[in-house]
Amino acid sequence: MTSLNWRRLNVAMPWLVIIGLLVVWQAIVDLFGIAAFVLPAPTAVWAAFLEYRDAILHNALFTLKNTMFGFALGIVVGVILGVLIGSFRLVYSGLYPLLIGVNSVPKAAVVPILVLWLGIGTAPAIATAFLLCFFPIAVNVATGLATVEPELEDVLRSLGASKLDILRKVGLPRSMPYFFASLKVAITLAFVGTVISETLASNDGIGYLMLQASSQFRVPLMFAGLGVIAIMGIATYVVFALLEARLTGWATRRQDAPLASGG
Amino acid sequence: MQDAAGGLGAAPAKFVEMDRVALRYGGPDGTLALDGTTLSVAHGEFAAVVGPSGCGKSSLMKLVTGLMPCTGGSIRVAGADVDGPLKIVGMAFQNPTLLPWRNTLLNTMLPLEIVRPHRHRLRQFKDKYIAQAKELLAAVGLAGFEDKQPWMLSGGMQQRASLCRALIHDPQLLMLDEPFGALDAFTREELWGVLQKLWLDRKFTCVLVTHDLREAAYLADVIFVMSARPGRIVATHRVGLPRPRTVESTFDKPFIDLVHAIRTEISRVRDEAGLAARAKAV
Repeated sequence: MTSLNWRRLNVAMPWLVIIGLLVVWQAIVDLFGIAAFVLPAPTAVWAAFLEYRDAILHNALFTLKNTMFGFALGIVVGVILGVLIGSFRLVYSGLYPLLIGVNSVPKAAVVPILVLWLGIGTAPAIATAFLLCFFPIAVNVATGLATVEPELEDVLRSLGASKLDILRKVGLPRSMPYFFASLKVAITLAFVGTVISETLASNDGIGYLMLQASSQFRVPLMFAGLGVIAIMGIATYVVFALLEARLTGWATRRQDAPLASGG
Repeated sequence: MQDAAGGLGAAPAKFVEMDRVALRYGGPDGTLALDGTTLSVAHGEFAAVVGPSGCGKSSLMKLVTGLMPCTGGSIRVAGADVDGPLKIVGMAFQNPTLLPWRNTLLNTMLPLEIVRPHRHRLRQFKDKYIAQAKELLAAVGLAGFEDKQPWMLSGGMQQRASLCRALIHDPQLLMLDEPFGALDAFTREELWGVLQKLWLDRKFTCVLVTHDLREAAYLADVIFVMSARPGRIVATHRVGLPRPRTVESTFDKPFIDLVHAIRTEISRVRDEAGLAARAKAV
């Protein structure tokens, strides 16, 4: 296969897989005559989407907004915690066990407490999204800081560099690839958090929409809701993947090299 | 800058002085890395420290630069006691440690963003500093590679860039820890020439830690031979060979005799260390 064809196929691959999946799904539903309230066919899901598109879009925007707020909060807190943990040994030993503990608590179990404190709707959704997504960011930024070569630190310290100098010139740039890797995990977790909270305590959002659809056995609508969340997740992921490629291209060139020469 | 007047017979000012320095890792019962290490390097002199592996050569680097406190004895650099990281030192290691997100020019200029007073002047006199960095890169044969990212350079070129980074701020003291250890023999010999030329032009005080005896003899004015752990200086050789030295001159009789003599001393300290270890085991 020529290199050009190979690259075209590489770009087309995700679409081919999705289309293939939908075709197989449709065929199975049609062939075995599966009832729509068990597993609706893609065509039925699409029809439900068109029918309820105003409600779906309204709720999707609500979910997206909450997710982005929670995610932004997660980035700010995650980066600050990551820098502190990665820079100070004492903060590391003091905070790390606590963070692991916080992260191990199932967030669905925390939502009722958040509702008690914050009411229902936007506030607990943002808080849940934040709680789910700050941890991987903090851990990855701390890991990135830990990968600074000790020799390089010696070079800078023997020039009279302060801890802040080393962080600015070496630590933070060095941890950028780790930071972006964590963003791709964190953004999907933020969506999960928002939807959990909306399912439990909200009158808006995709989570609420799906709960309503479920109680009325409108299964195609539920699947339409799932599809919209998935699409929003992929879209935000792509945004951060593009940002990553622009800002930390120096770290990923090795992965590109064999791709370019393969074929 | 003060001229190194060593050749004129006047006693050169001592720049680095270590007096019965000891270093013990991990508390009072820890490993003794250095014990009673005494040496001095004159202003503008090129010193090499050689010894068997694990003799504490790298610890010596950290002590002189103040990155690590000694547990006994005293260290003075430029007439002042070392009690914290020095701020005037250039350093280079076996690993070039260039920053992958900066090109060669910006990697070289990194110290200017840290060292006073350059860090406050960098923005204002940017063109002057860039010209200075380009000149230094050209001096080590990297003209035309300013815009290349580190991973586009060969190992030898990366090490040249690392040398430039160590020298860009005109340090009074250059500390080198096996800088050419990971290079092939031909590149290594080439870089000896590069380093010698830089030193002859600028006459900074230099301490080179190496296990390559030919490298030490090629570059140094004075060679300190260290014993196995705990490290002590067991012999000091003044290298009187004329400069500039060339790869060709490393095959002359005086050069070979010098390397042979040091080789014999190191074999002896290695054997003694082996015997001592065996005696301990029995």
